[in-house]
Amino acid sequence: MQPALARQLLAPPLQIPPRVVAISMPMLAAPAVMTAQPLTLDGITHSYGGGLAVDNVTLEVKGGELVALLGPSGCGKTTLLRIVAGFIQQGNGKVTIDGRPIDTLPPNRREIGIVFQNYALFPHMTVAENIAYGLAARGESREVQAQRVAEMLATVQMGSFADRKPRQLSGGQQQRVALARALAMRPRILLLDEPFAALDKNLRLDMQIEIKRLQRQFALTAIMVTHDQDEAMAIADRIAVMSQGRIEQLGTPVQVYDEPATLFVNNFIGSSNLLNGKVEAAVDGGYRVALANGAVWTVFSKARFEPGQPVVVSVRPEQMLLADEPAPDRIPVTLKLSLPIGGELIHDVISQSADSLKVAIARRPGMASGGTGTAYCGLAGHARPALFPASNP
Amino acid sequence: MAGAAVAATGSSGVPGEKVDWRLAAPLGLTYLAFFAAPFAILLGVSFYADSEQTRLGLDSWTKFYGDAFYLKVILDTLKLGVFAVVATTLLAYPLALVFRAASARAQRVLIFIILMPLLTSVVIRTFAWIVILAREGVINQTLIGLGITATPLNLLQTELGLVIALTQIEMPLMLLPLLTIMNQMDQNLIDASRALGASKWRTFFRVVLPLTLPGWIAGATLVFASATTAFISQSVIGGARLVYLPALIYQQVTVVYNWPFAAVASLTLLFTVLAGIMALGWLGRFAKTS
Repeated sequence: MQPALARQLLAPPLQIPPRVVAISMPMLAAPAVMTAQPLTLDGITHSYGGGLAVDNVTLEVKGGELVALLGPSGCGKTTLLRIVAGFIQQGNGKVTIDGRPIDTLPPNRREIGIVFQNYALFPHMTVAENIAYGLAARGESREVQAQRVAEMLATVQMGSFADRKPRQLSGGQQQRVALARALAMRPRILLLDEPFAALDKNLRLDMQIEIKRLQRQFALTAIMVTHDQDEAMAIADRIAVMSQGRIEQLGTPVQVYDEPATLFVNNFIGSSNLLNGKVEAAVDGGYRVALANGAVWTVFSKARFEPGQPVVVSVRPEQMLLADEPAPDRIPVTLKLSLPIGGELIHDVISQSADSLKVAIARRPGMASGGTGTAYCGLAGHARPALFPASNP
Repeated sequence: MAGAAVAATGSSGVPGEKVDWRLAAPLGLTYLAFFAAPFAILLGVSFYADSEQTRLGLDSWTKFYGDAFYLKVILDTLKLGVFAVVATTLLAYPLALVFRAASARAQRVLIFIILMPLLTSVVIRTFAWIVILAREGVINQTLIGLGITATPLNLLQTELGLVIALTQIEMPLMLLPLLTIMNQMDQNLIDASRALGASKWRTFFRVVLPLTLPGWIAGATLVFASATTAFISQSVIGGARLVYLPALIYQQVTVVYNWPFAAVASLTLLFTVLAGIMALGWLGRFAKTS
């Protein structure tokens, strides 16, 4: 758990400013001793009417791990979440928590906490009543309820809002209450349904840290559903990229970003330049690829390709460079547009074969554009382009 | 009546927005001429002491409120309204829950079935109930056929028969506001309640019921007002044995020709309905949810 978070906070794609890290550090009262429980999905299949929504998904979430289900809308991630919660009875497959199957349990017996995209706070109850709702349903005494409510309000730093109604709270505050309400039950599993979608950008990072902190503090096994790759990369220990009801790739954020298993994952995670080409020959650890626009690149790949096979080479914009001199592995391009986006300068360039390419380079202070005219676009030294078979020959 | 229903569901006008008050003038003037003015006349007539309207006095009022028979008529009328509200509520809530879970297509079919009674005249619906409730009617034939009872039940000219008929006749008035609000309720709230460990019943009473109360109040207001004033159904199914305020008024006006007394009964009916509506409105203050 500890190294996992350390990696989360230090891994390059995260880019959490040090200031925010400092805020997240002070931990509140030591969490109650709890053992995180693993969650296993085994061959889950579910269809609505005709279409398969979830197609034979198997996923093991380790105790205390946060796995993000990432994919476009309609990929089956929400259906999967609702199956775990018990709102949908799956057609096939088994869900187990800590080795015990939960498939026959109704939602109110599963001890699973859920935070909904719209928070789903009960509008007719105060914040305190919302948090106490599950405890009351479970038959806890009033003293236990009051004590736990106070404790949870302190945990999410909402102590002074106990008597407010949800409509009197901002989006971020509502989410804190929704978290407190779910966690007050001491659930075995935490499910997060697009938890940041309704928050504005500045608040998002704070809440991501907050959720990560609470998930660690309560040693919770968690599944988060999202269509936003930045969210998934920011707080997930592992990401399951889903498409058409299947898991396309399961891996750490760095793995899915740096070594996408399929073209779908490659395109869904981050932006990339796709270049058509043909395999010329196998070389040590990879292939020499002749690109349609004339350059010849050496691309490392573990997959098998035949010489002459049409392929797609994918390069992240930040792994490309622009140079003044031509070279065999550089593509002559014309600069079209330069956008200074934060610390990066994104160049939109076009090659002679009319391929549009994006090149991101670190921006020096004062640098606003890369000029216009002709340049030569090549791979940066650290570049790790990915190789995929061309989908439509 | 309709105004109270709208107020109960909560209007969402923009406060402080300037609207030309003259937009309300056509209806306002019509009401003034054909409701407010006759109402004032009615109030005036009630203070005549005799049926020939020659002498002023409180005699009509003291006679009406001093007689146990008339007090029972008031009470029966109120009771009829309450029974109709209870019966429609007990049937409407389960149906509304089914409606909520149904697909869009099934919802359209359900709405059509629910609205169908409104497409037939009250008179026809009432006479249809006579065919069903009569001693030789469908219900008694079935019960005797099944051997459940040897002698036919008395359903016509009983309160039970009237409540059964009114429940069916007034059902759309309860269902329409209830279905609307039920359909608007966020499914996540129900799911959240279930995930927090609440049973289906607890979820209904703690979440669904409080959040749909404004719709129920609108429906209950319409049903109460409609059932207590349902002259045709009350007279045809209740017959001469059951007397309610509307029939009493009719009798006083057209048979006895005691208009002051009829005026007192009319005002009493008006205040009876108003009291019911105000009680429901008072309940509605506990349901401020939005």
